[in-house]
Amino acid sequence: MPEELAATAHQFEDLAQQHEADELGMWVFLGTEVMFFGGLFLGYTVYRHVYFGAFEAGSHLLDLLLGAVNTSVLIASSFTMALSVYAAQKGRKKTLITCLILTMILGSVFLGIKGVEYGQKFHHHLVPGYDFNPEGNFPAHMSLYFSFYFIMTGMHALHMIVGEGLLLVVLILAAKNRFTAAHHATVEVVGIYWHFVDIIWIFLFPLLYLIGGR
Amino acid sequence: MAGHIVSIKLYALIFITLLVMTGVTTAVGYVDLGRWNIIIALAIAIFKASLVILFFMHMKYAGKLPRLVFASTLLWLAILITLTMSDVLTRSWDHPPQGWQSLSTSGQR
Repeated sequence: MPEELAATAHQFEDLAQQHEADELGMWVFLGTEVMFFGGLFLGYTVYRHVYFGAFEAGSHLLDLLLGAVNTSVLIASSFTMALSVYAAQKGRKKTLITCLILTMILGSVFLGIKGVEYGQKFHHHLVPGYDFNPEGNFPAHMSLYFSFYFIMTGMHALHMIVGEGLLLVVLILAAKNRFTAAHHATVEVVGIYWHFVDIIWIFLFPLLYLIGGR
Repeated sequence: MAGHIVSIKLYALIFITLLVMTGVTTAVGYVDLGRWNIIIALAIAIFKASLVILFFMHMKYAGKLPRLVFASTLLWLAILITLTMSDVLTRSWDHPPQGWQSLSTSGQR
């Protein structure tokens, strides 16, 4: 297996060990990411506990349908990402490239819908620190809810943009025939990152959009 | 282990389950169930995240080291949440933090 030998860095016994080390590195990084987002989720939970009524009122101003559609779009992108890894494992270059492009398109659709939602918030004067002046009566602390909304969805969107960049790198490497059925750790590691960003949204959706009944 | 290949059939099954659960959690969002809204929503979210971690992220087939790292991640997250919430939930909030009150009663910012 001269090809496998060439892909193995000199500090590893074999390609399988290198592959495991690559994945381990991503899991350690995601551990730090969980603590980062955990801090945001915790801050959100504390203030939601203290000012529940204001958070509920703020939540009901979000577009639940757009949020649900976006959740489905992101889950679909995770599915195509999983298929990308499958194609890489089987050494099918064409399928890999198709699935990677589909993942990037679905990710862009998510960001586009998020952009539409942000546009609505600006239109309705719901942007704390810039233009917070909602129509009619609103609870005194509703701006706090929207601060959390923009910071949490904004940090998530930033991770999506980073993910799109990573996918582009994987796409270029795939087009250059840099992956084989044995050597494709990059696809797997980027896949794990992409799924993690999906999981963050899986928790953001109920916490931000689904407070109380509508 | 790292080389395990999950079948397309299983991936598709997970995908459909995730979509159905998204539909369920959205539908429940239109019904007022009091405190049960958040409990149901979070239970569904944890179920969905578990499916993604186990099958899409291959944790079910991972070696000991990734499992250990993942378990310690959950442990530190649990410490963060438990210690903070044990303070917040046992505190009397007759006087919520003043800074935000004075900022938002003016209706600005």
